[in-house]
Amino acid sequence: MIDLEFAINTISLGSLYALLALGLVFVYGILKLINFAYGEYIMIAGYAMYVLGGFGYVPWYVTLLAAVLFAALVSYTTELVAFRPVRTKSMTAMLVTSFAVSIFLQNFVLITVSPRARAVKFPPVFSQTLTIAGATVPVRNLLIIGSTVVLLTLLTIVMKKTVLGIAMRAAADKFTTTRLMGVPANLVISATFIISGFLAGVVSVFWVSRSASVDPLTGSMPLLIAFIATVLGGMHSLQGAVIGGFVYGLLFNLLSIMLPATMISYRDAFMFVIVILFLLFRPEGIWRKGYTEERVG
Amino acid sequence: MLKVENLYASYGAIRAVHGISLEVAEGELVALLGINGAGKSTTLKAISGVLRPIQGSVMLYGEEIGNRKPEAIVKKGISLVPEGRDIFGGLTVEENLRLGAFASYDRARYKEDLEEMFGLFPILKERFHQAGGLLSGGEQQMLAIARALMSRPKLLMLDEPSLGLSPAMTDQIFELIVTLRERGTTILLVEQNAERALEIVDRAYLLATGSLEFAGTPDEMKRKVDLTSVYLGGDEDETCEVRL
Repeated sequence: MIDLEFAINTISLGSLYALLALGLVFVYGILKLINFAYGEYIMIAGYAMYVLGGFGYVPWYVTLLAAVLFAALVSYTTELVAFRPVRTKSMTAMLVTSFAVSIFLQNFVLITVSPRARAVKFPPVFSQTLTIAGATVPVRNLLIIGSTVVLLTLLTIVMKKTVLGIAMRAAADKFTTTRLMGVPANLVISATFIISGFLAGVVSVFWVSRSASVDPLTGSMPLLIAFIATVLGGMHSLQGAVIGGFVYGLLFNLLSIMLPATMISYRDAFMFVIVILFLLFRPEGIWRKGYTEERVG
Repeated sequence: MLKVENLYASYGAIRAVHGISLEVAEGELVALLGINGAGKSTTLKAISGVLRPIQGSVMLYGEEIGNRKPEAIVKKGISLVPEGRDIFGGLTVEENLRLGAFASYDRARYKEDLEEMFGLFPILKERFHQAGGLLSGGEQQMLAIARALMSRPKLLMLDEPSLGLSPAMTDQIFELIVTLRERGTTILLVEQNAERALEIVDRAYLLATGSLEFAGTPDEMKRKVDLTSVYLGGDEDETCEVRL
């Protein structure tokens, strides 16, 4: 039952969820804000692929890269226009703002494109399969694993070796003290939104390619998964987010093969039971270590 | 170099400092004394920009800095060692020091300054790659001071550097403050331990319930202010007694 195929698919799903959770926790770490507009960055990147793909003459790799960068840009813009003006106000103001941004972006595509789903073109490689040692695996899943390895390595280097990364880790722990070092608050916050948006963009490429379509509500499911993964792994560190993503992927795939066929439609219900158990017995998540709760003011 | 005039600052509705004026000259070591809640830390926070003054002015070399952000003020040359040390526990000693140099980073100078810090605080060289959170209280205080010095501040502000340290470590920190002052660093020191502070400073200000009670040299202060009544709460209204 647990064979190579299962292993690769689980690592792949876990990788995708890890990136997803990481993007949410990046912003949470600095602002202590659960950004409910996070899913919309994924949705927006999907529409960027739809629009660029629609031209017909844009090479697919340009389309995908542009979509990822566009998600980062939209994330940065929301920080600038929506979050920055209310940052020093109450936490509730920030939370409500994130809902407002989410509703705005959903309705923006609903009005300018369509309320209905749109087909997004992907290169054939995304739908091909490969046989490795007798296991049939979608190429897409291998691409996810590859992208995740590259991204996690890059992010680790940025966070450990660059002064901006060190400043971001410091700011997640003690924001005011970091400013006392001369690190501009706006620089750190903008950087986190850009990284968060970039991760959302990468996730979007793989998320949207599953159904090869995008609609205004595409972002809600990934947001929920990111949220659950961070509850499982721990909200207070980047490591926790990655662990949470992989644990979510593993639990999900285990439920998929272990539940009897009649119960499979209750998979999400089982998932939520696990989450509730976590909230009851280990609310801080699997990875306890991490930064404090200082608010940005 | 630093001139604070008629400074008002508050936390929300609670006014913590009302109408404080003080001055620090180049090369001076000045203390702000007073009991808990007298407004010492609040004054430092207002000078460093962490707390925005409601009223009054903060001038550095004749330039108004009262409405600047903390990150801009440290670039102007004022560095604060916050109360309770506030080092980055999850970051290594090296990373803490690197951030300390953020305000005025220059590769060659950074190496130079690191060597200087290793000279002042040999323990930091030993612990260079360890997490700051694993250091002892005294070592953390040293790291916090070294981190502040990495920006080559013109004015170093220390908020209760001896708080929670053993007597031996307190001695070491006070010796260090004297050393720094001899090196030419201008220092504004906030201390609860008035007796100790008065042994080393040039001048001192005494705060009580948010306003200035007395200013003068340590000798004048010892002569005219009954410090035991200040710290042991001799007066019922909790202000101190000034014998003139």
